[in-house]
Amino acid sequence: MYVYDEFDRAFLQERVVEFRDQVERRLAGELNEEEFKPLRLMNGVYLQLHAYMLRVCIPYGTLSARQLRALAAVARKYDRGYGHFTTRQNIQFNWIKLAELPDAMADLAEVVIHGIQTSGNCIRNTTTDPWAGAAADEVEDPRLYAEVIRQWSTLHPEFTYLPRKFKIAITAAKHDRAAIRVHDVGLRLHKRDGKTGFEVMVGGGLGRSPYIGKTIRDFLPEEDLLSYLEAILRTYNLGGRRDNIYKARIKIQVHEMGAEAFAQKVEAEWAEIRDGALKLDKAALDAIRDRFLNPALEDLEDAPASLATALADPDFARWHANSVAPHKAKGHAIVTLSLKPVGAPPGDATADQMDAIADLADAYAYGEIRVAHEQNLTLPYVRQKDLPALWAKLKAIGVATPNVGLISDIIACPGLDYCSLANARSIPVAQKLTERFADDARIADIGRLHLNISGCINACGHHHVGHIGILGVEKKDEEFFQITLGGKGNSKARIGELIGPAVSEGEVVDVVERLVETYLDLRTSPAETFIAAVQRLGTDPFKERAYAPR
Amino acid sequence: MTSPLQRKLKIAGPTVVTANRLADGAVVWLSPAGGWTDSIGAAAVGSTSEDVLRLLDIAHGDENTAVGAYPAPVRIGADGTPEPANLRERIRVSGPTVALPAGASAAA
Ligand code: HEM
Ligand code: SF4
Repeated sequence: MYVYDEFDRAFLQERVVEFRDQVERRLAGELNEEEFKPLRLMNGVYLQLHAYMLRVCIPYGTLSARQLRALAAVARKYDRGYGHFTTRQNIQFNWIKLAELPDAMADLAEVVIHGIQTSGNCIRNTTTDPWAGAAADEVEDPRLYAEVIRQWSTLHPEFTYLPRKFKIAITAAKHDRAAIRVHDVGLRLHKRDGKTGFEVMVGGGLGRSPYIGKTIRDFLPEEDLLSYLEAILRTYNLGGRRDNIYKARIKIQVHEMGAEAFAQKVEAEWAEIRDGALKLDKAALDAIRDRFLNPALEDLEDAPASLATALADPDFARWHANSVAPHKAKGHAIVTLSLKPVGAPPGDATADQMDAIADLADAYAYGEIRVAHEQNLTLPYVRQKDLPALWAKLKAIGVATPNVGLISDIIACPGLDYCSLANARSIPVAQKLTERFADDARIADIGRLHLNISGCINACGHHHVGHIGILGVEKKDEEFFQITLGGKGNSKARIGELIGPAVSEGEVVDVVERLVETYLDLRTSPAETFIAAVQRLGTDPFKERAYAPR
Repeated sequence: MTSPLQRKLKIAGPTVVTANRLADGAVVWLSPAGGWTDSIGAAAVGSTSEDVLRLLDIAHGDENTAVGAYPAPVRIGADGTPEPANLRERIRVSGPTVALPAGASAAA
């Protein structure tokens, strides 16, 4: 956990006082809606179909047990007893009253969390690998750099009114678990000749015009991180389009200019500032590193006897194979908590679940919880010998469905049940799909398959990068769904291909099932994953079967 | 300001004006008396674009009570009162179509 300093704490307290005053003035009619809206957005407050929504920032997805309890308390006291974890490692509350928002924010500020940088045309909170600090395949803990970026970007005077929102993601592992290639800037930390640096990608993004980020620098030394980001942001802030909201993201600028020309501009700007005030010296990095309190892990052996015994239980073994990942420390493991139980809205957790998870984190995981962009939670530091006991308790609160990374681990946006921009509902489609694919053995046999759903072209549910993507559209006031195939969100990211005309709400689950059956029939062996089969065969055999009359 | 003569609004059928209440975001409809009601059945119905523009003017003049006013299509039910005519408006009337977690509706 990063421990905020007094400056951050004082700043948050002041922000609550300021927002309370703004809300009071709005309610008294002293501020009009046009004046107030940008102010509420700067604090993460949206207006949805039925109520206000508060989006709370979880910096690089890391929460303490105490913070998770505070989120539970807000859900219970000001909302309807639940929250929705999002693909950007945040949480949304759907029912908060404007008049009570300042109180909710004051409660969150007590544990130094807030809604700043979760909305509006600013640099949004940086996201990262939910396994950061624990992953066996990571080079270094990327959260150090996410925190460096946070300190630089929060309230950056030059970048408060960008042409459009700006999202940065960072990973330090071989396997990209932060979807860095679909962010405005993606950073991949790696080492070269013993030095730490970054591969820098720009211009990725989803929405109406999806693009995969282009690498504009293979290796940026760590000390140059902020000056280089500043050069990118300046190039974008000055050259990005402001005439058309749909063309205002950096991805359009990069696409229109070409990545090479864009890179040249950045490099020219950077040459001016790289040796200036933004240079990160070792002392500055160490000072931030020192504020990360990482748990002192016990010295343990891998595969303790108690675990071996427990693995004789096939249910435990299935969960273990699915939801437990290798840790960089011996005798430890990373545990993913599925927020995708059959028939429930993906990513939702009740206040009671949040409290129970906080207790389990304290008991078994050094009090730390992470939010993953797939809308699940992670306990990054679990002793392997505790896994059987932990599993029993996770099961009891409904967060141990062994479907992580499988077809029912669906990413879905709130869709038309909540969102005022939606064309169609996402959650009911997700629910029906999880019911169709409820059999643990069957979904394990189908294997890794990412299915993502968005309720409109804004693509908050990442449908473009789902192995199967589902996009809600509207035709004559009826919900229809376009289906894409072959998208990928990881280091080999690609945008899925539309397989044909949109299908009705009644058909969508059957079409997905036919795609899956096609895969099962055509795969060379169970070792060939769905996405590998789609890449080998192309989409044609899938299209034919998906639309075949029955 | 645009002259009322230049303003155009295409109305396909009976239409109400709806918004979200400022203080809590709840869905409300403009009533015939020019105030706001939380029951769509009690909403003022316009059937020509002039009617609806007039209702919108009233609504926009009261942004300190309800925000984001817009025209929404309705059907006139058997009892003569308006009902939502599309899915979005049905969801605004009845809430999410998915069950909220147990006990959720009790609060707020
Ligand atoms: C009130 C609810 C929401 C509104 C109004 C909203 C609005 C938008 C809009 C307008 C875009 C398109 C931006 C662009 O292409 O320039 C977008 C993209 C996105 N949103 Fe949302 N969103 C909402 C909820 C969510 C939720 C719940 C999530 C996470 C589950 C989310 C995550 C994202 C992501 C990941 C993208 C695509 C990445 C990108 O920025 O290109 N949003 N959102
Ligand atoms: S994808 Fe569309 S429907 Fe879904 S949350 Fe984003 S804006 Fe709303």
